[in-house]
Amino acid sequence: MGELIRLEGIVKSFDDTVVLKGIDLSVEENEFVTLLGPSGCGKTTTLRIIGGFVRPDEGRVFFDGKDITDMPANQRPVNTVFQNYALFPHMNVGENIAFSMRVKNKPEAYIKDKIKYALKLVNLDGFESRRIDQLSGGQQQRIAMARAIVNEPRVLLLDEPLGALDLKLRQEMQYELVRLKKELGITFLYITHDQEEALTMSDKVVVMNEGYIQQEGSPEEIYDEPVNAFVADFIGDSNILSGLMVDEKLVRINDIDYPCIDGSEQGFPPRTPVDVVIRPEDIEIKPYGKGLFNGTIISKLFIGVHYEMLVQSEDGEIEWLLQNYDQHDVGEKIGMYVRPENIQIMQKPKSEAESAIELDI
Amino acid sequence: MIAKKRYAAPFIFWIIAGTVIPLISIAYYGFTSRSGGFTLANVAAMFRHDHMQALGLSLLLAFISTLICLIIAFPMAMVLRESKYGKQGFLIFVIILPMWMNFLLRTMAWQVLLERQGVINGLLGLFGLPHQELMNTPGAIILGMVYDFLPFMILPIYNTVSKIDSHLIEASYDLGATKFRTYTKVILPLSVPGIVSGITMVFIPALTTFVISNMLGGGKINLIGNIIEQEFTVNSNWYLGSGLSLVMMVFIILSMLLLRKFDKTGGENLI
Ligand SMILES: Nc1ncnc2c1ncn2[C@@H]1O[C@H](COP(=O)(O)OP(=O)(O)OP(=O)(O)O)[C@@H](O)[C@H]1O
Ligand SMILES: [Mg+2]
Repeated sequence: MGELIRLEGIVKSFDDTVVLKGIDLSVEENEFVTLLGPSGCGKTTTLRIIGGFVRPDEGRVFFDGKDITDMPANQRPVNTVFQNYALFPHMNVGENIAFSMRVKNKPEAYIKDKIKYALKLVNLDGFESRRIDQLSGGQQQRIAMARAIVNEPRVLLLDEPLGALDLKLRQEMQYELVRLKKELGITFLYITHDQEEALTMSDKVVVMNEGYIQQEGSPEEIYDEPVNAFVADFIGDSNILSGLMVDEKLVRINDIDYPCIDGSEQGFPPRTPVDVVIRPEDIEIKPYGKGLFNGTIISKLFIGVHYEMLVQSEDGEIEWLLQNYDQHDVGEKIGMYVRPENIQIMQKPKSEAESAIELDI
Repeated sequence: MIAKKRYAAPFIFWIIAGTVIPLISIAYYGFTSRSGGFTLANVAAMFRHDHMQALGLSLLLAFISTLICLIIAFPMAMVLRESKYGKQGFLIFVIILPMWMNFLLRTMAWQVLLERQGVINGLLGLFGLPHQELMNTPGAIILGMVYDFLPFMILPIYNTVSKIDSHLIEASYDLGATKFRTYTKVILPLSVPGIVSGITMVFIPALTTFVISNMLGGGKINLIGNIIEQEFTVNSNWYLGSGLSLVMMVFIILSMLLLRKFDKTGGENLI
């Protein structure tokens, strides 16, 4: 397992807008890497640079150690599953799948076997002679996969392949994709702006915003230890607050001091202004006055397994988002407690890269 | 329903006045002899030697000019497709511009260029080259046809080509196809509807024209259009003129049907 793809300092502008502002990315062989970020942050552009459809203004693209920045798309050892599938409408399913093999002048017997194999893999046995416009969205998606994988690429680039499908089908296809990847044993570079999809499917999540990579890491790292308020906010619900380090491992939020586990060693010496993330499921409910801080429940919503509550702090400055299995009434005064390890301290944005964290989600 | 019918009235009137009545009268004249009785002679006259010869020449010239138009128009449509949005509008404007000029004037302009004492021969003379007999040749007629009808080939092809999803072209490259293969296997087949309507819009007027052949052929080259025109004007024989027109009409309808069928089978067997 070595490094398969590396992007070094990729910069790209369209007209006068800088869309990618220095992307460094490394994808290991056989990894499932997801690019995650809000609309327009440059995910597709990054993928198209790897696919060879967009030339970066600056920076290099490496594949298996070789510089492929100037290699035309039709010679690159990668294949793309396009967002709108891009199946050839004038060819039937079999001809679509055969396209890359005919390009390589493979023998017809081989092509026929391979089509059969690919259709079986995507659970569409016997669809060879269907017309493209006779397929449903989910079926088209599978055919697009089949067409890409018969080419035996070492990397499959997938641009929101499930974006056009309804929720139920999406979830089905998520399992399907993970299974396919296991069976094929190839690398997936996957784009989505759905954080749940990214967290469930990937080995590594790369969070992007406004042309910068904000954070990369395993789904757990991204969820539990977001590096800044943007990532915290983009990945799941959270309470994001402004705080000040008042002592080693002690952070003050809105005049109340909270013990935490970060201090000088982690780069947060006393008197540092910081951002603090507390996940709603990490706030424990105590009797009034018995916690670290108090509040009044102002709204309650049952969402399946648990309740979601908004709690107003006593001075009225903060509305806390809580998730709890126990039922409490609106108007009830409660105490709240957060374990030190569940208080995530983050740098306040300083550089331009970090300030790309508009909290508008 | 009633309201709908009322809106349709002008169109129905138009169709009756502009299509049905002329068709009926042409059919009437075509099957009537000078003495007033029913006859097939006017229609059968198409098979007279001189008429067949004119038809053959018409077909040949129309075919050649359609082909030339196609060869020029397809790459041009692709260039249009690839060019930036603002530039695209300008280029289309330039292509359409000659169409705003009177058809006769445009053709007459070529007369001035091609004449014995014309501009081209003048230039040739400047370089000490011998005079070329450019006017009154089949070449001059083809040139006129290509010039006059080219926009009618470019526009429908451009219309189709510009709607081809660029992701399809990218997908073709992505799957390893060369530029040439992408053209022949993806772009061309998807352009067939535009090509078919382009061919229709150039081939039919080229087949039946008499103005271009009159002006650039100097009356020496007789196309089927000229013969029909002369029956109506010089010979005042509406019966024969109509009979020949009818045959041409059937001929054109048949070739359209052939083309349509080709369109449906898709472009695959085009290459
Ligand atoms: N060919 C182009 N010409 C001009 N601007 C472009 C072009 N392609 C992309 N852009 C711009 O670059 C920015 C990033 O686009 P990109 O498609 O990479 O975003 P994305 O992250 O994939 O978003 P989405 O989730 O909506 O697909 C957008 O603002 C877009 O308008
Ligand atoms: Mg995109």
